Amino acid sequence: MINLTVKTRDGVAHAVEGLAGRTLMEAIRKADLYELVAMCGGSCSCATCHVFVEAGPSGIDVPASEDESDLLDSSDYRAANSRLSCQIVLDPDLAGLVVQIAPES
Amino acid sequence: MEADVVIVGAGHGGAAAAIALRQNGFAGSVVMIGREADLPYERPPLSKEYLARGKDFEQLLIRPAHFWADRQITMALGREVVAVDPTNKRVRLSNGEEATYGTLIWAAGGDPRRLSCAGADLAGVHAVRTRGDVDRLMAELDAGATRGVVVGGGYIGLEAAAVLRKLGCSVTLLEAQPRVLARVAGTQLARFYQETHRAHGVDIWTGVSVERLEGRDGRVCGVGLADGSVVPADLVIVGIGIAACVAPLIAAGAAGSDGVNVDEQCRTSLLDVYAIGDCAAHANVFAAGAVIRLESVQNANDMAVAAAKAICGMPSAYKATPWFWSNQFDLKLQTVGLSAGHDLSLLRGDPATRSFSVVYLRRGRFVAIDCVNCTKDYVQAKRLVEAAAVVAPERLADAVIPLHDM
Repeated sequence: MINLTVKTRDGVAHAVEGLAGRTLMEAIRKADLYELVAMCGGSCSCATCHVFVEAGPSGIDVPASEDESDLLDSSDYRAANSRLSCQIVLDPDLAGLVVQIAPES
Repeated sequence: MEADVVIVGAGHGGAAAAIALRQNGFAGSVVMIGREADLPYERPPLSKEYLARGKDFEQLLIRPAHFWADRQITMALGREVVAVDPTNKRVRLSNGEEATYGTLIWAAGGDPRRLSCAGADLAGVHAVRTRGDVDRLMAELDAGATRGVVVGGGYIGLEAAAVLRKLGCSVTLLEAQPRVLARVAGTQLARFYQETHRAHGVDIWTGVSVERLEGRDGRVCGVGLADGSVVPADLVIVGIGIAACVAPLIAAGAAGSDGVNVDEQCRTSLLDVYAIGDCAAHANVFAAGAVIRLESVQNANDMAVAAAKAICGMPSAYKATPWFWSNQFDLKLQTVGLSAGHDLSLLRGDPATRSFSVVYLRRGRFVAIDCVNCTKDYVQAKRLVEAAAVVAPERLADAVIPLHDM
């Protein structure tokens, strides 16, 4: 189990456990949080799993692919630390990751 | 059973409706009735990662079991609604139960169309609509089936064909129309997908009609065509579309035919009965106001939100931008808008590079785009689709000019 912190839009921090090899989106969805729509189920075809990375290893706050970056451009709230949580594959190095769920576009 | 809101259907639409009701502050009781035994799960991966065994079923669940329980969303699974009594606001279920509703949300989706020819009910003939369908298919693959025949060259058929090839099966795909994707995409895209599938070893036959399925000991062993030829098969996948599940509503007097008619807040003609998703026929602004049914996750989700908001006293018209995706081999197709009825299609980029788009215009206006491995166009085109923008065709066809500069 990889321990993560996910902040919902009301600012409340939630402890979330993730599995190595699975995505952050899946971990958030399995936790008891409403807010992540993740409409395309992790196909990198929508931007409804947008999060801001507030703390984590260096580089995790930068889009992993051009596709991800292009999709983030569709959000009105894109910031320098924007990621699609379906594109973050969890591994033990990410223990302690803190993300904030982005507002709905 | 009795609930303030009864949701019929536990697919994408039903699940999204329940979530949206609670998110918008609905405090009443909610019951979701689902025909399958499973909690709401994502259907798109059934013909992709799930069939390819890249994802377990548990990864497809839209929310974990405790999510529904924690929010007092009662699941009544493994049963379906067989009759609606709109006068007494009651539905009758297949197991004899009855449920009384304050408001009904009909999100029953569709049933896969079956072949009507001889042999259509042989073992080894599959649809790809439910977990059960795909589990049965996978069991036959495990048992040694290696010759697959896919009937229907729409997205489901093509996705299934791609996965079967990846799993090492021989695949013949039979399409009645002169090309694949005839109902949903233009000729350039269809040609590209046909060529790609053929390059991956899928034997595509177009313009052919299936006359009968041949069996041996109750199992399918071949597909007989109108010209007398027979394609040998260990299993057959039928992907020829769905028929909306609306019979109980229509029998109860709801307006509709191919689907149940809804207004812009997803209300049917029956009092306090809403309908959403694949089965809901609605006037869609992206189809020039034509009454259509849209079979997509986007449509199910966004209609669910519209219905939930109306029920919560915050009505807002459903006019979400249609989008869609399909993964086949190394191709990620992403579509925004509706291309049906286009009168001009323009290629952006070179299909030989395996990254290009097809723009669709109707009377000079930008109505849709199919993007293959080209997320940038997909993202940037949304605004043009929403504005029904008028852009010079020669600019659209110039892939060097980004769409956001148009």
